[in-house]
Amino acid sequence: MIPARPTPGRLAENVMHFARVLRHAGLPVGTDRVSLSLQALQVAGLHSKRELHDVLQTCLLDRVEHRELFDQAFELFWRDPDLMGRMRALLLPKVQLKPGAVPQPPENRRLGEALFPRQNEAPPPPDAPEETEIHAELTWNDREVLRKADFETMTADEWREARRLLARMHLLFEPLTTRRTQPATRPGRADWRATLAAMGRSGGEFTTLRWRQRRTQPAPLVLLADISGSMSRYSRMLLHFAHALGHAESRVESFVFGTRLTRTTRLLKSRDPDVAVSQVVNAVQDWSGGTRITQSLAAFNRRWARRVVPGNATVLIISDGLEHGDTQDLSFEMERLHKSCRRLVWLNPLLRFERFEPRAAGIKAMLPHCDAFLPAHNLQSLEQLAAVLSRPGTARTPR
Amino acid sequence: MPRMSPDPLPSSIEDTQQRLLSLDYVADRQLATTLYLALKLQRPVFLEGEPGTGKTEIAKTLSALLGRPLIRLQCFEGLDLAGAAYEWNYARQMLEIRMAEAQGRVGNDLNRSLFSEAFLIKRALLQAIDPANPVAPVLLIDELDRADEPFEAFLLEVLSDFQITIPELGTVKAKEPPVVVLTSNRTREIHDAVKRRCLYHWVGYPDAARELQILQRRVPGAAPELARQIVAFVQSLRKLELYKLPGIAETIEWARALMELDTIVLDPQVLQDTLGVLLKYQDDIAQVQGAQALKLLDEVKRLAMAG
Repeated sequence: MIPARPTPGRLAENVMHFARVLRHAGLPVGTDRVSLSLQALQVAGLHSKRELHDVLQTCLLDRVEHRELFDQAFELFWRDPDLMGRMRALLLPKVQLKPGAVPQPPENRRLGEALFPRQNEAPPPPDAPEETEIHAELTWNDREVLRKADFETMTADEWREARRLLARMHLLFEPLTTRRTQPATRPGRADWRATLAAMGRSGGEFTTLRWRQRRTQPAPLVLLADISGSMSRYSRMLLHFAHALGHAESRVESFVFGTRLTRTTRLLKSRDPDVAVSQVVNAVQDWSGGTRITQSLAAFNRRWARRVVPGNATVLIISDGLEHGDTQDLSFEMERLHKSCRRLVWLNPLLRFERFEPRAAGIKAMLPHCDAFLPAHNLQSLEQLAAVLSRPGTARTPR
Repeated sequence: MPRMSPDPLPSSIEDTQQRLLSLDYVADRQLATTLYLALKLQRPVFLEGEPGTGKTEIAKTLSALLGRPLIRLQCFEGLDLAGAAYEWNYARQMLEIRMAEAQGRVGNDLNRSLFSEAFLIKRALLQAIDPANPVAPVLLIDELDRADEPFEAFLLEVLSDFQITIPELGTVKAKEPPVVVLTSNRTREIHDAVKRRCLYHWVGYPDAARELQILQRRVPGAAPELARQIVAFVQSLRKLELYKLPGIAETIEWARALMELDTIVLDPQVLQDTLGVLLKYQDDIAQVQGAQALKLLDEVKRLAMAG
């Protein structure tokens, strides 16, 4: 290992500031990565900006989704020598650019906030045009007029209820036999390592044969929750439900969709349910809007299914199935989703009405591809849902 | 550090790129930078990308470039220590116990001799860091996403310290760290703890110029005109909304198939017949077949005329 020697000039400091900017923008850049990049810069030399970019990208990134944000940050940070001078002077970069230097097109808002964290606090200076404006627009927001749902916080009782429910969720988390083994007391596979260790200890005397058995693991779960207008009554509960599931012992991936699909797995990682849910509320842009089930499922199938749905997963769709678009495509996407998982369970709040018949075209299109179809109107009350889920019939239909 | 490898490490990023090229691997500059840094800093490289973009090939080329042996560990679900790192030779241990009984050796001494190096079966990971290696090898841990998560934890010690701790024996540490290449098709996310120890590179689809270069090097017999058409067609396919886009491996495979069929220029019939080489999902084939394919083909021809 090459120790990070002090580099000439202020490079080290700048790399550190750059890492801080990335961290503010939400990229997981640890301090070890900074010292790694300094080592790498010594090895690779510094002949051009392109090279600096390549080296920093190799050292600081660890997933491809962050590449675009990284590139933008890199362009902004390492562009203007004057900007760099200011950055050095300040611990946290707070910058005033020349009027011509307004970044075009508007960069990611997260990045803007990371680069100029004090932007909002600063009183507008008299010569206003000198202030840099980074448009507060998320790149994934197509400027729809969207309403933000008003989420109350979860009461302690509701939280306890959620925990209690989880303990009864075994039906969702069907135990699957893995190829890993664990020590066992009953005869099965011989554990030669343990047996011989015991024999060695007892001086070669054969005592008993030790055994191992296959380990089981709860099946991974993928949750796809509809948060469109017609489902708005259940949205909050859905998120809490997803959060509670996410802290189970199995792998749980969660997505929400209205007019578009948003992955919420990482957003829901926070232990505190209210913090987690509010993070989702801030990130998701299509609360209580229209539904585009087909497009959302298509996006899921194309972009996510192969990454997050292992072949043995249970996929849980929570939606009313009121799709107004082309139901032929919907049927196609459902079939594809069904083929990529072990079982597909659909929870539908409309089922609460007695004598409900699947007449809507969307429901008719989706229904043939589900292994189980259950009411979920009682998502408002987690307790009732638990009863529904433990009902026989949730088990996978044999294929 | 004494240099034991038969071929020296590349001296610069350009040199890395040049030497990869001389072995028919057309690497872009970002990849060359990553590999050069990995060799210099002795860090594992983590390559992620769609299937068929040449990730495994990088490890093979590296091993040829450095003149070092390649040790390959193909991952699968349920892969454990016994399959990846080491196992004890139980049959020999049994014999040893019988012999010890015959010679009247007993007690702790026996236990120590039972679990010594003589009874150890070395698998890929242990082979790669064996201090007895004359040259540090290239270790390829292929398709890590196929292994289950617990396996990643086994790797942490190997990746950061190039050592493996065997409870009965002690720690085995590499004299010279091997060059480690990990690949993933991204069917699931690899844990951050693994990624943290590596240099990351996303292997994307090449642009037209680079793809043409790759094709000319890998399928030297293809006529220049046909090669250009193949590349243009595949590049336009990648712009479609397909379930599985064709990788560079498919391009090469297709070029070989077309040569077998003595194709000189792409025409609708031959395209129809060979689409299965490029696209591996029935839905994708159905989408591209027919009118869509003709449209793409026309476009390719028009571009060729213009260019």
